[in-house]
Amino acid sequence: MTEPRNPTVVVDNLHVDYKTFASGKAAADRRSLMSRQRGIRIVHALKGVSFVAHEGESIGVIGHNGSGKSTLMRTIAGLIQPAKGAVYGASRPALLGVNAALINGLTGEKNVMLGGLALGMSPEEVDARRDEIIEFSGIREFIDLPMKAYSSGMAARLRFSIAISREHQVLLVDEALAVGDKAFREKSEQRIRDLREQAGTVFLVSHSMRSILDTCTRVLWIDHGTLRMDGDPHDVIDAYKKSK
Amino acid sequence: MTDIDYAALAREAGLERVGARPSLPSYLKEMWQRRHFATRLAKYQIEASLAQNRLGLAWVVLNPLLQAAVYGLVFGVIMDRSSRAGVNFIPFLVSGFFVFHFFGRSFSQGAKAITGNASLVRSLGFPRMLLPVSAVVREIYELVPMMGVLAVILIGFGELPTWRWLLVPFILALMTLFNTGVALIAARLTVHLRDVTQIIPVVTRLLMYMTGIFYSIEEVLADNPPWMLTLAQLNPVHDYIQMVRTCVLEGQTVNSLIVITAFVAAVVFFIAGIVFFWSAEERYGRD
Repeated sequence: MTEPRNPTVVVDNLHVDYKTFASGKAAADRRSLMSRQRGIRIVHALKGVSFVAHEGESIGVIGHNGSGKSTLMRTIAGLIQPAKGAVYGASRPALLGVNAALINGLTGEKNVMLGGLALGMSPEEVDARRDEIIEFSGIREFIDLPMKAYSSGMAARLRFSIAISREHQVLLVDEALAVGDKAFREKSEQRIRDLREQAGTVFLVSHSMRSILDTCTRVLWIDHGTLRMDGDPHDVIDAYKKSK
Repeated sequence: MTDIDYAALAREAGLERVGARPSLPSYLKEMWQRRHFATRLAKYQIEASLAQNRLGLAWVVLNPLLQAAVYGLVFGVIMDRSSRAGVNFIPFLVSGFFVFHFFGRSFSQGAKAITGNASLVRSLGFPRMLLPVSAVVREIYELVPMMGVLAVILIGFGELPTWRWLLVPFILALMTLFNTGVALIAARLTVHLRDVTQIIPVVTRLLMYMTGIFYSIEEVLADNPPWMLTLAQLNPVHDYIQMVRTCVLEGQTVNSLIVITAFVAAVVFFIAGIVFFWSAEERYGRD
């Protein structure tokens, strides 16, 4: 099997489960588990997902709520350890989630610094890019206000701008395009296309089929923790819509 | 399942397993490269926690000072004074309490470092050790003004500066190693078992009463069998406090057991904490 392009991410038979605390009926259901600790329940979020992503691909990930899309993204980013199987990558993939944490009580500007440092930039690099980041977010007039004063859209735009400020070989975007107004969404989609052209791979999790069709070259359909379909965006989205 | 050998495919393309724990030297190197994240986070968290208060940064010092005042009221005024005969009580109490505060806060904040920043841990990949280290850095930042206030109190109560005051930063640096080790161990234990957070205040309280903040352990245990004093002096927190007191107060002494325990505990806890925390690096994002 010869691939024309270089693989950037290889996902090999990935299983992920969560330990969680259940109460009520869910706790009573599992008698065998009660001997260990009452109410602990194991949720299998991913049950054997395998695929190979290549340079220059932009991969949409779709599925119903709770199908395991976000878990897949977090596992590819190395933030969750798989129960079985493995993820291989050239560099550590960067996850861009809507709820990437920043400190709410601090001004936008300080959050830019903190976010940049967390992404592995030096303070000088963040200083150099600060203007670019703030410009992209389009909230310059509010940058000196604490983030808790921001609307959810404004906060999400700032987070997106921070995360996107650094070149990533593999970028995982989780629902981020669902936030922000139309103009900002177009700007972000353009940025994602640019990133892809820099020989990177982009994963995009979204419920917006339109933004997936606009940006992606391939779509994965995750259903109840398994990979239901993998292929051309139109084919997969048509099948997904029919299943509803 | 498919019959493609994904692992071989990844090897051929030169890909490495994502999220694999790096070796300890490269982990520490990455820590060093990202040290600014830990220091800025510490600084910003102090600012964020105090921005809402009228008195702002003054609370960094006021809060422990008020707590010391409560203990001073109970143990200095209400209870009898035989437990600390010949001691200049206010400087004795404040020096002990401030140094203990540094330990207690590093312990409790370090324990919360991973679980309390769950959303940060879930969304960004960085060496997790930065979080408990940042918690200790925050306590160092808060300790500096507290030591300034302590100096004022010492002078105000007639304990004049001597050259030995210059040793205090070195003792506190040694204590920082110990505190960092304790914070790292507590941070990992809390991830495995949340119940640890419930125990920490109890442990801290127990240590505080065993450390001799408002009484002198050496005085109280003078009439008891000597092994009791030896046991009390094997508590590193007491040893750091006693060493600081020896430097800044008249009539306080240390023995070789105290000094050796202080050094050994600092080195052992620091190294053990780093190894213990690092060996579970892959597991911190999970629960």
